[in-house]
Amino acid sequence: MDTQSILKKAEAAVGDASDLRALDDVRVAYLGKKGELTALLKGLGQLDPKERPKAGALINEAKAALQDAIDARKASLEAEQLSQSLAQDAVDITLPGRRRNQGGLHPVTQGMQRIEEIFVGAGYGVVAGPEIENDYYNFEALNIPAHHPARAMHDTFYFGDGMLLRTHTSPSQVHTMEEQEPPIRVICPGRVYRRDSDLTHSPMFHQVEGLVVDRGISFADLKGTVIDFLRKFFEKELQVRFRPSYFPFTEPSAEVDVQCVHCMGEGCRVCSHTGWLEVMGCGLVHPNVLSMSGIDPEEYSGFAFGFGGDRLAMLLYEVDDLRLFFENDVRFLKQFN
Amino acid sequence: MKFSEVWLREWVNPELNRDDLLQQLTMAGLEVDGVEPVAEPFTGVVVGAIEACAAHPDADKLSVCTVFDGNDRVQVVCGAPNARPGLVTAFATVGAVLPEGFKIKKAKLRGVESFGMLCSAQELGLGDAHAGIMELPQDWQPGADLAVAMALEDVTVDVDLTPNRGDCLSLRGIAREVGVLNNLPVAYPVVTPVAAESEATFPVSLHAPQGCPRYLGRVIEGIDLKRPTPYWMQERLRRCGLRSIDPVVDVTNYVLIELGQPMHAFDLQQLNEGIVVRQAHAGEQLTLLDGQQVDLDADTLLITDANGPVAIAGVMGGERSGVQADTTDVFLECAFFAPLSVAGTARRYGLHTDASHRYERGVDFELQAMAMERATELLLEIVGGQPGPVVESVAAEHLPKLESVRLRQARLAELLGVDIAAEQVDEAFARLDFNVVDRTATEQGVEWQILPPSHRFDIALEADLVEEVCRIYGYNNIPSKQPLTHLELRSVPLEKSGDAALKGHLAADGFQEVITYSFIDPKLQDLLDPAVEPVALANPMSSEQSVMRTNMLPGLVDALLGNRARQQDSARLFELGLTFVPVDGGLLQEQTVGGLLWGRRAAEAWHADAETVDFFDAKGVVDGLLAWAGLAGVSYERVEDHVLHPGQSANIVLNGNRIGRVGRLHPEIENRLGIDGVYVFELAAAAVQQKPRRVFRGVSRYPSVRRDFAIVVDRAVTAAQVEATVTQAVGEILVDFRLFDVYQGKGIDSNEKSLAIGLTLQSQAATLTEEEINQYTDAAVSALQGAVQARLR
Repeated sequence: MDTQSILKKAEAAVGDASDLRALDDVRVAYLGKKGELTALLKGLGQLDPKERPKAGALINEAKAALQDAIDARKASLEAEQLSQSLAQDAVDITLPGRRRNQGGLHPVTQGMQRIEEIFVGAGYGVVAGPEIENDYYNFEALNIPAHHPARAMHDTFYFGDGMLLRTHTSPSQVHTMEEQEPPIRVICPGRVYRRDSDLTHSPMFHQVEGLVVDRGISFADLKGTVIDFLRKFFEKELQVRFRPSYFPFTEPSAEVDVQCVHCMGEGCRVCSHTGWLEVMGCGLVHPNVLSMSGIDPEEYSGFAFGFGGDRLAMLLYEVDDLRLFFENDVRFLKQFN
Repeated sequence: MKFSEVWLREWVNPELNRDDLLQQLTMAGLEVDGVEPVAEPFTGVVVGAIEACAAHPDADKLSVCTVFDGNDRVQVVCGAPNARPGLVTAFATVGAVLPEGFKIKKAKLRGVESFGMLCSAQELGLGDAHAGIMELPQDWQPGADLAVAMALEDVTVDVDLTPNRGDCLSLRGIAREVGVLNNLPVAYPVVTPVAAESEATFPVSLHAPQGCPRYLGRVIEGIDLKRPTPYWMQERLRRCGLRSIDPVVDVTNYVLIELGQPMHAFDLQQLNEGIVVRQAHAGEQLTLLDGQQVDLDADTLLITDANGPVAIAGVMGGERSGVQADTTDVFLECAFFAPLSVAGTARRYGLHTDASHRYERGVDFELQAMAMERATELLLEIVGGQPGPVVESVAAEHLPKLESVRLRQARLAELLGVDIAAEQVDEAFARLDFNVVDRTATEQGVEWQILPPSHRFDIALEADLVEEVCRIYGYNNIPSKQPLTHLELRSVPLEKSGDAALKGHLAADGFQEVITYSFIDPKLQDLLDPAVEPVALANPMSSEQSVMRTNMLPGLVDALLGNRARQQDSARLFELGLTFVPVDGGLLQEQTVGGLLWGRRAAEAWHADAETVDFFDAKGVVDGLLAWAGLAGVSYERVEDHVLHPGQSANIVLNGNRIGRVGRLHPEIENRLGIDGVYVFELAAAAVQQKPRRVFRGVSRYPSVRRDFAIVVDRAVTAAQVEATVTQAVGEILVDFRLFDVYQGKGIDSNEKSLAIGLTLQSQAATLTEEEINQYTDAAVSALQGAVQARLR
């Protein structure tokens, strides 16, 4: 057979090869050591030397052509195989993925951490204190002597030996002033306890106390800090108003109302249709409190504020019942993860 | 403090509508807590005069009245016992609509036609005072609209007063404040002294003058208590939240509301020899007006007579000397009791009265004479009688002292953060009725010496004056600014992690944070920490919240039970908080982190099996936490723990100190709780919040090799023993020890187990040769043979 015929036959065989193995068989049959085209090449020696170059070139052209055909067929077969195997490995991508158990932080913790972050960013320190306190730190040192009517504002849990559950985080103010020299800038977040339980009161709740003592601290500084905090916490340009009030450990004392974050002051269920939310108490630190903690009220002045961490978290997360925070229903808790 | 708006406006009437007036009070620190209309709305009710009254022919209890309604005379059937000719009363005409929509129609009662209804106060929603139809003043015009005649377009305002505003616990005080706020004069009632008509007096001695420095007494003889309290007084009392009792009580209550002075009336016939105001003696008893008998303690200030206590001073009178229906002679008491002498008392006896509420906050100590005259005047008007002279006993040295207080303009500016003109300060003090005794201009501004009035004996410090000026200036007129401060940098502890980081780690490890009560049920506490006697609250709200937790388990278990009841099939909970453990002579309040695992290991899914958690899930969490903290040298030690499963629990020990525990709840406890497979851990937060400083230890440039082998050891041999033996034998070339299989069963003696161990060896200095590798492996094996009698499998 001549070269061209063999090539044609081989090309046909390449086209017929249905997989890589068959294709390789074709390669071996024509281009292998004992292949037909290889044999032709071997037979060149029997030709007239004058014809040899021409015949050799023809054979080599045929070999190259066949190799190209094999390569092309191989690529095509490989592509086909890959696509088959890809199809084989396809998964239902809508099945749920493997994930680890998801945990999360209690919404009150998240609210408290947000509060801390805001104040820490402004250079406040964070201090903690004991929850079982003595009468001195919870009351006396805060200008609330025994029998003071203000004690009626604190429904206190007692242990019967002069110890009590702190009714506010304000004792941390006193500890801080005893331990640090001005300038003082701290917040004291923590659990506090009062004998009170209903929709909006829990016998245990969270408070954040803030204290700044330095030279020249004024009521204007207090107002600026409080307004700034509320706006940053809620990320809203809220109206804030201050009403005269009374806490034995501050003077002047104020209650702070913030424009209702829910209805923006239009009046709604959350604000009892007043447009305002009472969110914190504050004031300039009473000179007696400064003196008792060893700070000269003529040289230094300070402000203090205190608010409910749970209350702010309720407003931030639109939780309408305080008790949900302490029922620890994971269906509730996970909504904040 | 409740008061009537209409009454207030009789004293001072600013040009503000109701909402604005109440808003003004709230913004001045007199927080309006409630506003109630004094009457439910009704229509068609007029003043009616009964002209004739005949018995009903067919009913004993009914009468047939002729009522003049201003135009006509109509027939009305009435069942009230006080229906009588001449009575001026409330008449609902035909077509009237009473509260709750009750319509008045023409009716026939037992055969007699009735054109309207005569009304009681109750039927008109005007309180529940007395049976019978209303008794209105004789001079009211028949036909007048009753709602107009009674000024029912009024509200009862409830102001929630802070303890420093005792001066506002009266209409006089509220009016004064409204006058100050609006810069208006107040038309106080003119009280004229009532001249004595008899010589009758009753002796008074003050034996505890520090508690009672002033006591005014007055005898009034020959009163007639059958006469009723007039309509206007009853109605005013009602609008201030007080019920009419009898004329004497009503008058003292009226003076209390009007002027803020508590008073008490004794039945003179029941008093013996004389009044002595003194401290109680131990063992004395008193039966109070409300019938309860109290044992008196020595800290109690008493009003006594020769027979013993007749009243707890400033709190409540006694039954024996109280005014009765047949009382004819009374002894009126009008005293100043020092706040401290009353404050503790009311609370100790659980008696919170209108009187004690005022005395503990401070009553104006110069008010008594005026109040006594006012009460006398009102009482005589109602029940008649002959007043004796007012006898005042006073210990002047124990009365509060009014001392002038300095205010510096410079200090005012410094504390408020704004310059306030001296003239504005002058005006504020003038409005407040504060007496400027001295005013000096200095280089730093004006200095005032201020003498406060007697109703403001809370003013003692410059700060008190600063507050008053601030209040009058307006809190909301003070500017806002940011404090200027020294930008000192905060230190960030290098070897300590904060609460947020600890909580964040556990949340990332799949745990949901809970916040549970620090006070718990003693039964649960006893179940979950029987060895420790918890601290108990003296006044818990309920027994379920009466002792302080000594560990974190009760709250976590409680949260688990709640969630299981809500159909959860697994739980991974943690809490960070204080535990309260009594220790010798004290109390340890230690921040503790506790966790709980229960139920499925992984949420149900197509790829997950349904296995539930076991000890090693809990331990793995602790291992992870310790690794996060970077703590080395922690060991798990088996321990007898009453609360945990004896075979599946361990103490966590760091450098010889127990820092926590991990394990399964004891099966008996699980039984008691009705739950199965609860794993818990507890760690002292401080231990895992230490953060040993990390320093770079180098990374080897040479390859590591791994050699695995299996050994057979006695079942009692622990993994920790094997690891410790190998680690010690191989030394620092061992970079990883891995116990990758534990096998017990076929082919192994039942007293033994097979452990498969992988050692990863790596040198910092060179590539290990085969010879070296074998040396180390052999060392490990022979050490195991020696230490735990291991043999290669």
